[in-house]
Amino acid sequence: MEDSKIILIDALVKQFPIGGGEFTALDGIDLTFGKGEFAGVVGPSGSGKTTLLNIIGSLDTPTDGRVSVLDQSIGDLSHKKAARLRNEHLGFIFQTFNLLPVYTVFENVEFPLLLLKMTAASRKNAVQDALEWVGLSNKVKSRPAQLSGGECQRVAIARAMVKRPEIVLADEPTANLDAENSHNILQTMEKLNAELETTFIFATHDEKVIRYLHRKIHLEDGRVVKDELIDKKN
Amino acid sequence: MIALKLAYRNLVGAGLRTWLNVIVLSFSFVVIIWYQGLLEGWNRQARRDMIEWEVGGGQYWHQEYDPYDPFTIRDSHGSLPEGLKAKTEKGSHTPILISQATIFPEGRIQSILLKGIDPKQKILSIPSEYVETDVEEIPAVIGTRMAKSTNLKIGDLVAVRWRDVNGTFDAAEARIVHIMKTNVGTVDNGQMWIPLKRLRNMMQMPGEVTIIVSDKDTAVSGAVAGWNFKDQDFLLQDITEVIQAKKVGISIIYLLLLFLAMLAIFNTQVLSIFRRRKEIGTHIALGMTRGQVVRLFTIEGAMHGILAAIVAAIYGIPVLAFSAVKGFAMPQAVDSYGLAIAEKIFPTYSAGLVIGTTLLVLITVTIVSFLPTRRISKMKPTEAIRGKIQ
Repeated sequence: MEDSKIILIDALVKQFPIGGGEFTALDGIDLTFGKGEFAGVVGPSGSGKTTLLNIIGSLDTPTDGRVSVLDQSIGDLSHKKAARLRNEHLGFIFQTFNLLPVYTVFENVEFPLLLLKMTAASRKNAVQDALEWVGLSNKVKSRPAQLSGGECQRVAIARAMVKRPEIVLADEPTANLDAENSHNILQTMEKLNAELETTFIFATHDEKVIRYLHRKIHLEDGRVVKDELIDKKN
Repeated sequence: MIALKLAYRNLVGAGLRTWLNVIVLSFSFVVIIWYQGLLEGWNRQARRDMIEWEVGGGQYWHQEYDPYDPFTIRDSHGSLPEGLKAKTEKGSHTPILISQATIFPEGRIQSILLKGIDPKQKILSIPSEYVETDVEEIPAVIGTRMAKSTNLKIGDLVAVRWRDVNGTFDAAEARIVHIMKTNVGTVDNGQMWIPLKRLRNMMQMPGEVTIIVSDKDTAVSGAVAGWNFKDQDFLLQDITEVIQAKKVGISIIYLLLLFLAMLAIFNTQVLSIFRRRKEIGTHIALGMTRGQVVRLFTIEGAMHGILAAIVAAIYGIPVLAFSAVKGFAMPQAVDSYGLAIAEKIFPTYSAGLVIGTTLLVLITVTIVSFLPTRRISKMKPTEAIRGKIQ
């Protein structure tokens, strides 16, 4: 089973300088994530959820301990290697969607593929597939300002999924959405998780999201207080 | 290529903000090229006119002659040197005798230079053929400036007084036989052109000359004892220096223009980086390195220059071409500068000028675009993604 573990976190500590001292955001985290998991890091604000996701996403580095993502040690990666890891293997979904405002839906979804230097034809096919997954094939020429919040987040999901990454990191993806849109989004992600075997890791304290999770990791003051698997069959 | 594509998308997507910068920058392009073209046009016209009317292919000056020192004129004359006699007879060189004199137009007194010229000469554009006439008085050609300052018209008589080689004063009447129009004030202001032979008789200087002008197409050969050869570069030094000084002056104007355009680009870049920090964070999260983001923003800024060059070409080429064909009317006051300035100057745009200006603007825009992007390297992506100010 160890072979299927794509994220290994061992005694992770993350501290931030505050004033003259240091604030410990993560304090000795030990976790592993397997391929195809639909897991969430849950907890109140300031518990360290986003910090953990940032480190897994190689946007930040550990102060101490070791985080390995797809056999690459995050703390040892250069800027270039970290960028390549994100580009090739990771997808991000943000609370505020973070779509590029001057691009159309098509261009937003196409963006990661441009960085992968794919041909125009392959890009077009991949973007069409991704937009089909999220049900936005009819909005290719729209700009983010012309879309609803739910549609924007679906574009963000398409952008995260278009390159078929091994891992998608979603930080409070439903925080800016109403209940109906939240469910639609989560159903979409659940479907993609099942069909493509993509590992989804959420950072959330939203009950709507928590209900969909297959694994819940409770974080409090930077420590894992509970790690539970949810049996979805019941 | 990706950066170019993304930069182009960003620029076009930014809409009006991009086009405002582009229009300001394109205006700088057109004005710089027009200004430089105008100066180049003036330079070429002035040099051409001065060569045709005064300088020729160069001049032999009597060793005592110094046009800036009137006291030398009295002694600066000599017999036509043997080495130049044949050339003068062939018409490739023409002698001019210069003497100081005084005229009395409308009872006023005015110092002038009498210049004796061969009526048959073809080297200079001075209409010397008019002085070959049977009038009893001294036949004289003057320029429009001289005519204006003395209020003389064709057919008018004016008293002329001079001192001959022996220092004896003499006087006679001159009749204005022609008034010439020239852009070259230095063959016009305070000068009266009369037949060479007549002036030699008046001055009792048979066969003597002050300067010998060579044909502009004739190669000058060898030094002549007692005579100093002054080449075109020397004789056109004044106009070259004035044009150079004008270029420096105008450079300040276009540097200011360029500075304003650059300020707009710099300001746009700084604001853009501040406003788009969330986008920068997103770019990094999606797999761009900081270096790639810096490159993207730099190219975006630099593309303002490329778009400006295209826009400048769209409206600038017709405007500049029209200006080159119709010319630019110079104000009358510049006539008194003492330099060869035509009533209209036709700007000349060389490929070097256009390419040089384009490169200058593009390089400057790129540098100005790059400077603010260094801030991106210091951004924390985790903060930038949330749009936090760092």
